[in-house]
This record gives sequence, C-alpha cells and structure tokens, in this order.
Amino acid sequence: MSKESTKLVEVPGGVIPERDAGAPPVLEVRHLGIDFGGLTAVDDFNFIIGRTEIGGLIGPNGAGKTTIFNLLTNVYQPTRGHILVNGVDTRGKKTYEVNRMGIARTFQNIRLFKALPVLDNVLIGMHNAMTYRLGASVLRLPSFWKQERAARSRALELLSIFGMQDLADVPAGGLPYGAQRRLEIVRALASGPKVLLLDEPAAGMNPSETAELMENIRKIRDTFQIAVILIEHDMNLVMGICEGIAVLNYGQIIAKGTPQEIRTDPVVIEAYLGKKGGAAGC
Amino acid sequence: MQTKLNRRTISMPARYLINAALIALFLFGGSAFVGSGAVSGYFIKVLMLIGINVILAVSLNVATGYLGQLPLGHAGFMAVGAYTGGIFLKAVRADQASGVQYALCVGAALLLSGIVAGIFGVLIGIPALRLRGDYLAIITLGFGEIIRVVLTNIDEVLGFKFTYGASGLKRIPKITSFFNVALMAVLTCLVIHMIMKSRHGRAVLSIRENEIAAESCGIRTTYYKVMAFTLSAFFAGVAGCLYAGYLGSLQPTTFGFMKSIEILVMVVLGGMGSMLGSVLSATVLTALPEALRAFSDYRMVVYSLVLVLVMIFKPTGLLGQYDFSLSRILEKLMNPKEKRRKKEGGADE
Amino acid sequence: MAFLSTLFSQAINGLQSGSIYALVALGYSMVYGIIMLLNFAHGDIIMVGAYVVWMATANFGLHPVVSILLAVAVSTLLGVTIEKVAYAPLRSSPRLSLLITAIGISFLLENGFQLIFGAGAKVVPEFLSGPSLRLGGATVSFSAMVTLAVTVAIMIGLTLLVQKTRLGKAMRAVSEDMGAAQLMGINLNTTISFTFALGSALAAVASVLYLSSYAQASPTMGSMLGLKAFVAAVLGGIGSLPGAMLGGLVIGLAEALVSAVGLSVWKDGVVFAILIVVLLVRPSGLLGKPIKEKV
Repeated sequence: MSKESTKLVEVPGGVIPERDAGAPPVLEVRHLGIDFGGLTAVDDFNFIIGRTEIGGLIGPNGAGKTTIFNLLTNVYQPTRGHILVNGVDTRGKKTYEVNRMGIARTFQNIRLFKALPVLDNVLIGMHNAMTYRLGASVLRLPSFWKQERAARSRALELLSIFGMQDLADVPAGGLPYGAQRRLEIVRALASGPKVLLLDEPAAGMNPSETAELMENIRKIRDTFQIAVILIEHDMNLVMGICEGIAVLNYGQIIAKGTPQEIRTDPVVIEAYLGKKGGAAGC
Repeated sequence: MQTKLNRRTISMPARYLINAALIALFLFGGSAFVGSGAVSGYFIKVLMLIGINVILAVSLNVATGYLGQLPLGHAGFMAVGAYTGGIFLKAVRADQASGVQYALCVGAALLLSGIVAGIFGVLIGIPALRLRGDYLAIITLGFGEIIRVVLTNIDEVLGFKFTYGASGLKRIPKITSFFNVALMAVLTCLVIHMIMKSRHGRAVLSIRENEIAAESCGIRTTYYKVMAFTLSAFFAGVAGCLYAGYLGSLQPTTFGFMKSIEILVMVVLGGMGSMLGSVLSATVLTALPEALRAFSDYRMVVYSLVLVLVMIFKPTGLLGQYDFSLSRILEKLMNPKEKRRKKEGGADE
Repeated sequence: MAFLSTLFSQAINGLQSGSIYALVALGYSMVYGIIMLLNFAHGDIIMVGAYVVWMATANFGLHPVVSILLAVAVSTLLGVTIEKVAYAPLRSSPRLSLLITAIGISFLLENGFQLIFGAGAKVVPEFLSGPSLRLGGATVSFSAMVTLAVTVAIMIGLTLLVQKTRLGKAMRAVSEDMGAAQLMGINLNTTISFTFALGSALAAVASVLYLSSYAQASPTMGSMLGLKAFVAAVLGGIGSLPGAMLGGLVIGLAEALVSAVGLSVWKDGVVFAILIVVLLVRPSGLLGKPIKEKV
C-alpha cells in the first residue's frame, strides 16, 4: 500500500500538505470544548486537516470521539472554541447548514433511511445538488426531469464505487450490515462534501472487508479530492491509511502525529493500549 | 440496471398520457353516468361523501404516513376550511351565479378554504413541530378543541353574526357535485403524489425515517415538516369546503375529536404511508356504514375495535398483508399500476 | 364584597375540580413515566367507574360505601386488563402504534357504553351528604370538603408508596431505565400492572368525587375530563407525580377564574391554550425534566 507522497508542512495545530499553506484550511478547530451539565466531555481540542488528508481520531471508549463529530456537525453546540470550515466559523449554524458548507458524516450506530430504497438514500444525500422548486415537481417541469435524471445517474455512479449499483431498489434496511455501512458512506459523499467524517466505518467488518474498505477510502479521497477524518478502533486500518492521527483520552488530545510517531509514543501506549500493551497493531 | 432505467425513462411520456386519459375518462365518464339519471340521488350523495373522505384521508396521510407524526386535529383544519368556504359562498351568493361566474365562485371558495386552512397549518405547525412525537399529537388535539370553542363563541366577541355559533351556519349554497368532488380528489392525489416523488417528498420521508440523519444530509428538517403539515392542512381545508357545500349547513360540533379519529382510522387501516391504502379504506369505510345503515349504532364500536385489532395484529395497515407490506418501497416500481387502481377504487360504481 | 365572595367560592370550586383533575392526572403521569404511553383510555376509566356507582346505587340499591368499593375494584381490574390485552402485545412496537391503540380503546369504551346504556346521562342518587360549611359570605359544600380531604390523603399516601415501598421503588426504577431495572431482577409485568392498577384506582376515586358534586354519568363524561386531566399532567411535567398534582390544581383554578369573570363558555379553549403555551415555553412541563436524544 503506497503512502501519499505529498510533502507536509507544520502549521500551528497540525500538519497539512504543502500546497494547502496560504489558503485557509478546509477544516480548522480551535480550543473546542463542550460541557454536559458540569461534566467536561471535550476540552481544548485543536486540529487542522489538509484538503486531501486522511486523518484518524482514536482513543479508548468514552474518550469523546463521537462527541467531536457531533460538535463538528453542530449536532451539539460547543461550549467553547471555534470550528472553521474554509475559514468560516460555523458557530450558531444548524446541522443542515454545516452540511451545505461541506461537512458530511456517517454514524456509529447506522442511521439509514431503512424503509427507503438504496437509491433514494443516496438521492436524499443529493437533496441540495438539485434546485428545482416545489412547483416544478408538482407540474413536472423540465427542470425536474433534467435534475432528477442527472441525480439518478450520479447516484448510481456513486453506488458503483462500492459495487452497489445493482442494489439500488433494495430497501436499505434489508442490506447486510457491512453494506449498510458502505451505503452510509455513499450517502455522505452524495452531498458533495469537502470533509468526510467516518464514525467507525469498519465496525463489524471482517478483515478482508476492512482491507477493501481501506482501499475504497483512499480511492474516494483521490477521486473526489476531499479530506477524510475517521474514528476507528481497527488499528490496521488507522495505521495503514491515516496520514495524521490524534489520540483522545478523557476528552483531551494526548498525542498527535504520524502513524509511526503514534505507534511508538509511550504516552499513547500507556493511556490507550494499557501499560502492558503490546504492539500498536494489535 | 441501465437498461431498466432507459426503459422507464422512455415510457414516461406514454405513461403520463395513459394516466391523463384515464383521469379524463373517470371524471367525464363518471359525471355523465351520474348525470344520466341512472343512479339515485342518495347514491350520488354517498359517492360525494366518499370523495370528501378520500381527500381527508390522503391529506392526513401526508402528515401521518409520510412525515411520521400523529396530528389529532385534522378535523380542526377541515373545520377552518368548511367555515371559510361556507361563509365565502354565502357572501358571494354562489347559488345565484351561473356559468363562468359560478365556476369562478366555486374555484375561489375551494382555493380560499385551502389557503386559510394552510395558513392555520403553518401557524400550528411551526410551534408544534418543534416538539416530538406525543407532544405534537397533544398540541394538535388542543388546537382542534380550541377551533371548536372559537367557532362556537366567536360571534359574541365580534358582535355580529359570523359563524352563527352553536346554532350553526345555515343556507350555504350547495355547490358540491360529483364532478367537483371527483376532480378535487384526483387533484389531491396527483399533487401529493407528484410532491412525494420528488426531492421535496424524499426529504419529508427522510425525516420520518431518521431525523438526525436527514439533517446531516443537508435537509432543512423544520422547513419540510412545516411544509408537509401545511400541505396536509391545505387539502383538509379543501375537503372542508366541499363538505360545507355538500351539507348546506355547518355546526361546530361536527368537527370534534371524534371526526379527527375517524379520519385517522381510515389512514391507519389502509396502511400509513400508502396513498392507495388511504383511498381504498376511505372508500370502504364510507360506503360500508351507508350500506349497513341498519347497524349504524354499532359503527363507532366496530371502528374502534378495528383500530385496536389492526394495531395489535397488523400495525402496518390492512394493505400490508400482501405485496403492499412493502408498499412504501414498492410504490415507486408500481407507479403506473397504482394510479390506475386508484381510479378504479374511486369510480367503483 | 360580593365579588370577593364569588371569587372565594369560585376558588373553592377550582380547588375541588382541580383535585379531581389531579387524581386523574396522576394516572396519566405514572403510566407515561413507566411505558411512555399517553393512555388515552384513562379518562374513560372514570366513566366506567361512574357507571358502576350508578348501577350499584340506582339499580341494586347497594350501600354507598359498597358501591364505591365496587367502582374502585372494577376500574382497577379494567385498567389492568386493558394493559394486558391491548398494550402489552405492543410493547416493542413503534410508539405511534401504541398511542393509536390507546385511542382505539378509549373509543371502544365510550361507544360500547353508549351502545349498552344509551347516549343519555344517568342520574346517580345522592350518596355523599353532610353539612356544608359557612365561611363569611361563602359556603363550602360538603362534597368540596370531602374532595379536598380525600385528595390530600391520597397524595400523601401515594408519595409514601412511591418513595418507601418495594413496588414504588420498582416503579421508579422502571421509569428510569426499563432494561436496567429488568436486569436488576425487577419483574416488569408486575410493575406495569401495578402502575395501571394504581392509576385506575385513583381514576375511580376521582370518579366518585366527581359524582358527589355532579351526580351524572354519561358515556362521554370521561373524554373531556380525561383530556383536561391529561393537560394537567403535561402542564405539571408528564412523568412527575408532584407535577401532576400541581398541574391539576392550576387547571382547576384557571377554569374557575375564567368562570368567575363570566367567560365560562371559553373555559375549554383557555385550558388548551394554557397547554399550548406551556408546551412551547417549557416542553417538559413545570416540574418535568427535559429528555435529550443521544446521537
């Protein structure tokens, strides 16, 4: 598996590809924090991700990883700090507005539109790619036909990334577990994001499925030229695919760096893998 | 896959043509048949009532089946439409108009009723839809009751005769005919169908399926909830206007909680989220009690018993038994078929 | 002075009807706390209780105490049966199905009784009589005094029951977390049945108190009474027992106040308007706690 050959530069808060220097980062998080009724779930979380970088967020259960995704998509409003998407602060924005700004996500506990066909799940992801109005759909104006037809073929194209184009008419709830996870990724991609947040994409997959997923995530990044942040417990996946990793414990970043650095960081090994933990690739 | 898609796209204009022809046949053939004197006036009345109930059920299905909420005040919207239509028709003296003027009066009354009910839908929907599940049910129930109280007592506050309180609004021009009921029923189904099979309809369905995921897909959930709710209220208002023109007099007590439940039973029985189900069960549940007039005392008992039994044994509705158990999913594939059958259901005479 | 005494007697009226609302609201609140169901049929339990009293006193000439006990027994049994037959099979179904079932049961009871006994109201012979109390220019009727006394006693008893007894603790545990409570060895079915029994018994008591001042039973008497009690439960914060009590009293007093200023025809409208305002300003009610969905 070849490594990205992009040269990296150091900027305050993280490492980004050299060609991103100068432009505002696609996603920048500064001193992010949230309290739940006096309990600090996430505190002073900082990072930057480059335009085509694959970043990993790891940490023990309950470290606050999913909470960070919820903060990034404004499902939760942060208590402190700022989230900048292409330099624009998302404070006070609604979740759907954040999606329109270019952040799409999947969910740890799959949240598909189960009773609807696979194709419709993807088409719902493309909601904002179409612009025709209510009147146009009632009267079936040309704009309706044109956009629906385009959206349909685009949706099938996206499904074909995972070879799911033949399942278009199957209800999403009837898919096997792994396929449901893949469909969530397709649906997220359908909204045309600049940053894709994947919450445990490999959960419940077997090693060969995981290997395939790894290839596909890389393929998605290359084809769509987007950044990917993933939360994952599968260390093979994280170490094999991420260019930068942040380790979270008790809502705080305890280490940041390349997979190699993380693998050997004693703090990580102690906090994350346990004091007697073996190799990181366990 | 590709070939399948192509085939569909090509057949699209043809399909629309066939459907348009069927609708025209249904409307004009139906009214010619009804007007020919071959059927009794009573029979025509039942047909009109069926049409009105079809509109009510199909419109409630938007909020219940597609949006996945449980409004318990549908009769309230119907009441708003009925009184708007009734007062308007009286004011413009629709019974003395003729020809184009008459058609304009009727059209304006229907549109106005829908719009006023729709405005109420927005006003109730914006606050109510911020709440989830049960609370929406309660708040719409409360709204329905308030409408009734207001309709009964508003004249005292206004100081002049407006709704004629508990004694009822009488001598409303009887504008409702088989033709305009059938036309409105078809239009209702058509408009709702067209919306549901578009990005806007999919957005509504996505909210029912998973609201958080819908929002993460960039869908303005509040907007679409209010939209679906308003659409539902609009057509309830239209049905109300037809009802006013059908009865010729209105009383606030007609539009109580009981009426809302009657409509809900139709939707639930047919299968929530299935338009065909709503149409069929509205037809059956209107025609059957008429056919069994002798047992009318038992009607509400049977209604409620059926509601409970359906929920316990077949929560997806009766049509869910066969291939329609996946009706929501299969609807797409069955588009043309479904439309043709729907027409048969309405014109079953 | 005349206005003051009107106000006073209206306040007493308000407290009296408010107590009845509170007793019924408790049933709504307890059931919601346990299985998250708005038990629409709860109001109709009151109606059934009233019919039992009517049958017992008017038809069979039983002693008032016996008929009251009978009403409580029948209502309790009915409440538990409804849960077992109609709600229990739907415990894992979508909440919407359960809610619709409850509406169906409510309609079944109303229409069933209408079919059997006719739509007209049945007059219940007076069975609670005693001296009324004169306070200044106003009179406090015997039934008002009994209602207030019984309600206060029940509130205290219920609070003790929920706080101190095993079953009360089980109820609270189930309403906190049904799954965890089961793992701790709490019998879910028993607890739920007990909740329904308790709520229905309270509804029967409310029914008797209602009859003591209105003396009429009709098939639909429970629907408006139930709806308002339900508003009281939501107002106080559904799932909260002190909330249900508070909500009941607020609704009763609000109604009395509206009547006192001569707008009694708007009474129902005002109650539902209060409901809507409360839901918008404080969706979890006066004493309820907010619930957040986990993502």
